[in-house]
Amino acid sequence: MTVYLLCFALFLVGLYGLITRRNLIKIIISKSITEFSIFLILVLIGYIDKGLAPIVDPGTSQQIYVDPLPQAMVLTAIVIGLATTAMLMAIAIRLYRKYKTFDIREIKNLRG
Amino acid sequence: MDALIPLFIVIPLISAFLIMILGKLVKGFHRYFAPFTLLVLIAMTIIVFANLGGSSIQYAVGGWGLEKGIPVGIFMVLDAFSVLMLCIINLLGFIALFYSISYMAKYTAESNYYSLFCLIIAGMNGVVLSGDLFNLCVFLEVSVIASYALVAFGVGKTELEASYKYQILGSLGFMLILLAVGLIYWKTKTLNIADVRQVFEAGYNQPYYIFVQILLIAGFGLKAAVIPFHAWLPDAHSSAPSPISAMLSGVLIKAVGIYVIIRLFFNMFVFSHEIALVLTALGAISMVVGSLLAIVQWDLKRMLAYSSISQIGYVLMAMGMGILLLLKGNNEAAAILAIGGGIYHMINHAVFKGLLFLNAGAIEHRLDTRKLKEMGGLSSAMPITSTTSFMGSMSISGIPPFNGFFSKLIIIIAAINGRFYLLATLAVVVSIITLAYFLKFQRFAFFNKSANKALSKIREVPFPMSFSMIILATLCLALSLLAIPSVSELILRPAIDVLMQSDLYSTTIIGI
Repeated sequence: MTVYLLCFALFLVGLYGLITRRNLIKIIISKSITEFSIFLILVLIGYIDKGLAPIVDPGTSQQIYVDPLPQAMVLTAIVIGLATTAMLMAIAIRLYRKYKTFDIREIKNLRG
Repeated sequence: MDALIPLFIVIPLISAFLIMILGKLVKGFHRYFAPFTLLVLIAMTIIVFANLGGSSIQYAVGGWGLEKGIPVGIFMVLDAFSVLMLCIINLLGFIALFYSISYMAKYTAESNYYSLFCLIIAGMNGVVLSGDLFNLCVFLEVSVIASYALVAFGVGKTELEASYKYQILGSLGFMLILLAVGLIYWKTKTLNIADVRQVFEAGYNQPYYIFVQILLIAGFGLKAAVIPFHAWLPDAHSSAPSPISAMLSGVLIKAVGIYVIIRLFFNMFVFSHEIALVLTALGAISMVVGSLLAIVQWDLKRMLAYSSISQIGYVLMAMGMGILLLLKGNNEAAAILAIGGGIYHMINHAVFKGLLFLNAGAIEHRLDTRKLKEMGGLSSAMPITSTTSFMGSMSISGIPPFNGFFSKLIIIIAAINGRFYLLATLAVVVSIITLAYFLKFQRFAFFNKSANKALSKIREVPFPMSFSMIILATLCLALSLLAIPSVSELILRPAIDVLMQSDLYSTTIIGI
């Protein structure tokens, strides 16, 4: 149970950063933290107590294996997260070149 | 037949990478290859559409089919509802690409544009065809990441800011969706939409699934920009290049937002009264607030973007009413009208909103401004743009004989039949507000005294642009044929049946 609560705490930390930070890069870091808390929850969903990695070996008597499907999901999701983070960083650098600042309070052309 | 299904995803993917590689070497390759790809896709859609006839076909990826009645692999499903979405996506994609041939000529790195465009098409086709929850998420991100890049394509101040906002909110939506998918897997131990339905029907833990449903509504609501989640839409849709705005507003928010909401809440979850109320309320709120926000805008593309929110509200409200009526169970005719009206309005909105964004692009192409106050007197200088945009405006504000009139009429009749008098009144009032702000657009852009001194130099837009606008304007008229009962029986009825008999989707796939 504590593990799930810790994941939730990490999620809240990320969300707090996402809402309160004013720096473009820090917002991206908060987004990544939130994302990783969800990845951790996904991995926990597939975990079975005392389970081994799901490589079935007829020689051993071990019967319990963890669920491999959430692991595959998390791998894919990490790749997607990497793509979005890279894209966001590229945009943030371009924004810095145009505005000469990372502060979102000074980047506000779009209103209404 | 079923071998065609993966080709809908593979062909645009291959063409995206071919354009990326060969576009730099062969001059003008990308301009002709990308529309050609979309033409092939349209031909395939027509073949599938003619042969489907209300049934559904499945394709098991890699040959991993059913194992003792349990789907072990990834399934792709094509049924009467998704084939309608395929029609919209590929047709509008082709028209927007044809339009881009002359519109995008002023930008650099054109081959990247066409390549990303093909990626959007591949992602949306994947979302529509996928029968597996996680696979759906992956295709959703393929199309959405490509659209992040395309929104920022102009790399100006506003484009970058809009894209940044869009990406932060979009990835927040993706996290919520991912969490919901994980929670569904936790309880049901399966990701196949049909199989999940079987588990849900066997009785389930109510509060847990209501939490999952709320997460999914928030996640896909962010992608579809229904009102509390709409903050990114007016920025992103107004900053993108115009053919992309037409694609985003006309197709993307439907394919990755509304389509998925409808598919999951009709065919995966068992209907529940609370969730249906939430969907109806969200639809009604975004309908009203979207139109009120649109009427105060002086930026043309921003006004069109807000009007998209309002029109999406109509679709969502009609679908919510459909679920409520089905749950009551004593008024099936009204439920058919509501669901049919929703689907019909979704198709219509793709056509007229695409057309209006292309018109806005044509004006921007010649005048280099999006502000309504700087336009004026264009009706004599740009007759084709003026006529087609008039048809689009009348169509979206619901004037007969254009298609928007009939779909709104069907939704309003359904609301009155189902005794939702408040919703019917709201729908009529919003339709009048819509007429008001489109008359404002017509007056300030085309009929006002010109504020622009160089008006005599303005010419009509080149052939590819005017041609695509004419096609869409003709479709605005032609689609009103769908209101004729015998035609709608042929085209809309199979799609309505897929949603009405909500068990049928899962039982045909599992094969019970």
